[in-house]
Amino acid sequence: MSKYLAILLCALSLRAFASLPADPDADLDARVQQLAGELRCLVCQNQSLADSQAPLALDLRSELRERLRHGDSDAQVLAYLSERYGDFVLYRPPLKSSTWALWFGPGLLMLAGVMTLGIVLRRVPREEAPDNG
Amino acid sequence: MKRWLFAAPLLAFALLVALLWRGLALDAHAVSSPLIGRPAPAFALARLDDAQRTLSRDDLLGRVWLLNVWASWCTSCRDEHGTLLAFARTHAVPLIGLNYKDARDSGLAWLDRHGNPYAASLFDADGRVGRDYGVYGVPETFVIDRRGVVRYKHVGPLDAQALRTRIEPLLRELDV
Repeated sequence: MSKYLAILLCALSLRAFASLPADPDADLDARVQQLAGELRCLVCQNQSLADSQAPLALDLRSELRERLRHGDSDAQVLAYLSERYGDFVLYRPPLKSSTWALWFGPGLLMLAGVMTLGIVLRRVPREEAPDNG
Repeated sequence: MKRWLFAAPLLAFALLVALLWRGLALDAHAVSSPLIGRPAPAFALARLDDAQRTLSRDDLLGRVWLLNVWASWCTSCRDEHGTLLAFARTHAVPLIGLNYKDARDSGLAWLDRHGNPYAASLFDADGRVGRDYGVYGVPETFVIDRRGVVRYKHVGPLDAQALRTRIEPLLRELDV
């Protein structure tokens, strides 16, 4: 009987632990995770900084954490990284003259395609309605 | 006009092939450094061989110098080591090592075993200076001019060809 009571008490105390107010560290972790998800890991370039287990990614995550803890804004942290590793680390590259093709190229290509399609369709003579004879 | 339109898809295809062909020749891992043309990040670090002596960026102002990032755990550093040793023998430009995220005794033992091409090595145990220089793949090599501006960055092992085609012309341009 006392064994069951002990288990019950343990379970209850776990619940009490779970309902503690969220600690500030958890908020910080969430911010680090969210920011790291927007950054490319340079070692394994197909992973984000949040997913990568490369030593550099671990270092950079702890650097992000330190900077956020000291009150840096998200923008300041992103600037810190792009100053060192280039815009390449940002999954959302900034809009500037060297990235115009990146930002507007797909839209322009799409527009060109739609226009070409329009011209071609207008030139093709309309077929007669199928003859159901 | 009609005849030209007929050739248009072919032309577009040829353009696409040319673009993709060029893409094949590019190294996807070579990320151009935002540091090029900008002042080298400041540092003041203890030397690997003597924890009491520090070396800072400003000590090197007025000279053209090379910064080579290395570590005893870095296997491809072995590949470039012969090139660095030869470079140190034949060039008057100081080659400064940045011993990146290493242990002091392993770093020193590595230099003992393989030879020491460096005028001095900086001991960057926690990698902070490496991060300031945007290091992501050891070994890396930087060329820094007299005014302390980063002029060139090479990622990966330095070989005789990179030295001849990239670094030596730049050093001549910098009048060394």
